[in-house]
Amino acid sequence: MSPSSDKSRVDHAGGAELFLERAEHLAFHDRRLWELREKRDQQMHGIPEFQELRELASAIKEHTLAKLPEYLEMFERNALANGIHVHWAQDGEEHNRIVLDILRSRNARTVVKSKSMVTEECDMRPWLQARQVEVLETDVGEQIQQFDDEMPSHIVVPAVHKLVRDVAKTFSQAYGTDDGERDVTQLVAAQRRGTRPVILRADAGMTGANFLVAETGAVVVCTNEGNADLSANVPALHIVSTGIEKLVPRAADLAVFIRLLSRSALGSPITQYTTQFRGPRDGGEMHVILVDNGRATRLGMVDFWRSLKCIRCGACMNTCPVYRRSGGLSYGGVYAGPIGAIIQPTFDPDKFSALPFASTLNGSCTNVCPVKIDIHDQLYKWRRIIAEKHYLPFVKREALRMAGRLMARPKLFRAAMKGGNAVLKGLPRFAIYNWLNPWGRHREVPAPPVETFHDWYLRNRKPQTRDRGQPDKGQPDQGDRR
Amino acid sequence: MSAREAILAALKVNRPAGDFPLPDVPSFEEAYREPSKLFPERLALMGGTMAALQPGEDWAGLVRRLYPDVRLVCSTVPEVEGTCRITDFATPQEAQYVELGIVRAAFGVAETGSVCLTEAQLGMNAFPHLCEHLLVLLDPAQVLPNIHSAYRRPEIARARYAVLHSGPSATADIQGVMVRGAQGVRSLTVIYV
Repeated sequence: MSPSSDKSRVDHAGGAELFLERAEHLAFHDRRLWELREKRDQQMHGIPEFQELRELASAIKEHTLAKLPEYLEMFERNALANGIHVHWAQDGEEHNRIVLDILRSRNARTVVKSKSMVTEECDMRPWLQARQVEVLETDVGEQIQQFDDEMPSHIVVPAVHKLVRDVAKTFSQAYGTDDGERDVTQLVAAQRRGTRPVILRADAGMTGANFLVAETGAVVVCTNEGNADLSANVPALHIVSTGIEKLVPRAADLAVFIRLLSRSALGSPITQYTTQFRGPRDGGEMHVILVDNGRATRLGMVDFWRSLKCIRCGACMNTCPVYRRSGGLSYGGVYAGPIGAIIQPTFDPDKFSALPFASTLNGSCTNVCPVKIDIHDQLYKWRRIIAEKHYLPFVKREALRMAGRLMARPKLFRAAMKGGNAVLKGLPRFAIYNWLNPWGRHREVPAPPVETFHDWYLRNRKPQTRDRGQPDKGQPDQGDRR
Repeated sequence: MSAREAILAALKVNRPAGDFPLPDVPSFEEAYREPSKLFPERLALMGGTMAALQPGEDWAGLVRRLYPDVRLVCSTVPEVEGTCRITDFATPQEAQYVELGIVRAAFGVAETGSVCLTEAQLGMNAFPHLCEHLLVLLDPAQVLPNIHSAYRRPEIARARYAVLHSGPSATADIQGVMVRGAQGVRSLTVIYV
């Protein structure tokens, strides 16, 4: 892929800037996601085997990915034996076409669906709507996003960047409720009243899948609102869209992931509904569409295939200081936050070249990941690729080139640090806070230190040998800070 | 080449080299020694409640006491008569007006306060999600220690539809406010019997 103009690239910093201007939204977003992180920690401390479960989950996923063709065939065999129709799609277009073919062959015109990130990848809703199929998202957060014509900003809580008053406004148009309504219970009740009749009338129901079990041919869906179990069971036609990486070998393996998923996502022991579909309901018909959409290619990327272990819990997003302060929409793709920053570039490294830089590399994402994806290492590796392939915007590229030259020459670096600090002290604000320093737009540049670390070290430590120095305190504090 | 063949072929070429053994999964059951004692506490964390027959009370009395405003009661258990049976309804649309559903769980899970419902108990998969309230009969001897125990049960290998229902439906999608009673049942009550 050749470097293209900056215009087609996602401008994460620009999106984040818009988000930062909305002080109330920012404050809520930051607080709410950190609250989820804290609840996750409480759950973690509640079961002594939590770290062992993470190890198991990681090993099970790596095993399954290494044997994915075999497990997919096993799943297919068992699903077919249970009376499920199995389809394969290489990309979004093929997926959407399969859905449309199934719907048309059953004369189905209305679809109720529960949350599925794969259908977002395929951009399915507008595609079907352009072909006279009515599609309603039934999950509350996802429905708000549909009404507002936005992508989900978070993979678990899609409308987390909105306040009650935003939802009241949206629902006043969709359901005729008072746009001054501030009672969340009333808004949820209005959504139920409005959505239930659509579910009862719908010709087809669609769900995603959190897991597929190879040995039983089961599709497992984890939700809280009851909308998925209604959407799948009320209409006679149930279509499941799922990525091919959702497999686990055995039901016994599934237990490990069920114990980790909601604890990591929302800090609850389990989702209110943990459902398996192993065949169509009485009098019904069930289809599963196995979607590749770039996954087989990603499996071949030595540094990045482990991102396929992801179970879409969103813990990395909740803990990320950059995500919490920039909002999911600023990432400009289906997947936001740290996981988005390593997945989106596999789809298009140029378009999403800004995302791996939307991180402090603090490693918190890696620490909370229930399947132990090396997220921050992958972020770093993406930065290298993006720099090498010239996907960087001009200012960042030049600044990094200069920094690289300086850091390769210790003497020059020390001279520059001293000089830089001296200059910073004397400079007027307009010289520090300008377009060349986007970092300083929302932050104060720290006051320059009185002396450089190098000078301090020479003065205090150089003559001492190691064993006469400060006692080794072992590992630095690894606790995560906000 | 079909999509199926193309995907499988690409996966075979691209799969990571190396040995990735499938680990054994322990049961981790030690922490859940008295499952039926732990279950009520864990159910409460998920927003569900426990109830019991009072001395001298019959099932009809219990239903009147717990659900004074409910008129349409659909029971799938022999213990309670209710006002209708699930076999009265040919479609989910016909069952939409049921206010209270009464079912027996295949088993319960102490760790998460879950009850397992399958098509064998339900008669109609959508039924427990269409009603307003769910009353679940659970044999305390069938409360399992944890999720590992649950996924070793024969029902999981046998059932086409099996839901681990943990408290009533819920959402916190609007400004993080937890609302119990979203699109499925508004309340879930368990009785040991």
